Amino acid sequence: MSQLTESLGDFGDGLLTTVELAGASFLGAVVVALVVVTCRIVPVRPLRLFGTAYVELFQSIPLLLWLALVFFALPEIGVEFSGFASVVLASSLYQGSYYAEAIRTGVNSVSKGQAEAARALGMSTRQLLTTIVLPQAFRTTVQPLTNVTITLVLETALAATVGLLDLTEAANRINFRTAEPILVYTGAGLCYAAMAVVISTIGGRLERKMVIHR
Amino acid sequence: MSSSDFLFDVPGPRAKRRIRIATVASVLVGAALLVLALVQFGSHGQLAFGRWRPLGTWPIISYLLQGLGGTALAAALSTVLAGALGLLLAFARVSGPRPVAFLARAYMEVIRVLPGLLLIYVVLFALPPLGLEMSPLWMVVTAITVYRATQFGEIFRSGILSLDRGQGEAALALGMSKSGAMRHVIFPQALRRVTPSLVGQLAGIVKDTAFGYLVSYADLLFLGKTLSNYNHLLIQTYLVIALVYFLVNFGLSRLARWLEARERRSGRSAVLATDPDEDLVVPPVPGAEHEPEAELAAADAAEWELAEEVERLDEIPQRTKLDGR
Repeated sequence: MSQLTESLGDFGDGLLTTVELAGASFLGAVVVALVVVTCRIVPVRPLRLFGTAYVELFQSIPLLLWLALVFFALPEIGVEFSGFASVVLASSLYQGSYYAEAIRTGVNSVSKGQAEAARALGMSTRQLLTTIVLPQAFRTTVQPLTNVTITLVLETALAATVGLLDLTEAANRINFRTAEPILVYTGAGLCYAAMAVVISTIGGRLERKMVIHR
Repeated sequence: MSSSDFLFDVPGPRAKRRIRIATVASVLVGAALLVLALVQFGSHGQLAFGRWRPLGTWPIISYLLQGLGGTALAAALSTVLAGALGLLLAFARVSGPRPVAFLARAYMEVIRVLPGLLLIYVVLFALPPLGLEMSPLWMVVTAITVYRATQFGEIFRSGILSLDRGQGEAALALGMSKSGAMRHVIFPQALRRVTPSLVGQLAGIVKDTAFGYLVSYADLLFLGKTLSNYNHLLIQTYLVIALVYFLVNFGLSRLARWLEARERRSGRSAVLATDPDEDLVVPPVPGAEHEPEAELAAADAAEWELAEEVERLDEIPQRTKLDGR
């Protein structure tokens, strides 16, 4: 019986850690994405170059290697992070590149005529962006952003590799103790599935709210 | 420059000056960050020639090449198996009997919401007690296959659905069997359309093979880790490995983009080539003179379908980037 309560405790801790990791990484990734997207669309050549290079670089290298670089390699040059901070940092930087791509695709999907019409009406670039382009871009971006967010949550499972007790690591530990692999991994899988369902429900609501009925 | 240029007006003299200032400032900031990084490396003695030189010697290069070979082998096996399984899933969903289609769909929906890492741990910890022991290579390949098959299935399915329905109907009308129509008419065309997405998946699979690190399979990342345990050149080794991953996947994503551009070019010309004929076809079918309203509705529905198809087509290249992880 004590084994059961202990296991449930670990499971709860793991779930909480996963949710915290996902929340922090989400915020970080959105900030990264906004910076990168801004860099990619401003008419300043070095910044554009940086934005493009950033996306290519981060999407080409496995998240696991980014995490290893942050957690194991950076201390060699005197930059140390805790396990939690390492996961959030690596995850934010890596997933940020995917958010950036999703947002940029959305911005590019707004037809050119919209911007030209706004210009013809005498709008400034700020007005153009905030009232014409971004609202429309966001509408087409909700679905991809939802998918990227689900991936972000699932990939926080890598935290297990730097010794954090997240949901995946909790499943491993309980499995070692109880030798009930089917039960334990099914439970963990259900938790991940539940999080994915919550996110896609929120995404679906947002999308339905913003859809235009013509 | 990219297509987001339209967001900004043609710069006047003042804007031009501002752009010039921003250019100089951003270059300066970039240079400052680079110098800062180098100073940080230098002050911890990581820039010393002796700490980089070993990575250029043949024994270490050949060791890392061995790792790259391991990564390539795992990626190739996973691609073939996941591609085959994905194909079955797509066929099952598109034209299988209802229970089979349901099972295929359930599989795809369930696996999609599980982390790849959890699958690795299931293969590593949960299967052996059930009597399923595998070598590290097959652990990696199994986990990747189970997970990537859903993505391949989704890609094949959207490729098949993106084809004009007339293609299948015409094949059936010519007396082909259902499977013959799929094999000779529908699938070859669908495959051409989704090739860029498939190449995009390949880059994702190469990244997935980094899971070899967790099951002690001799892939690039695991051998890199082993190497750095032995020579203590941690940051140097990891950076070199990162460079190798970058070169491989950058090449793959370039290839995918090139294929996509080529496909779009040929696709456009193909549509143009068949357009004039469309006006010639469809003589009124005798006995099919319905009320004009119904005809309008039918035309409407056809238009909706077309719009939907166009949307699906647009979705495919987008997937390349979003899901090719």
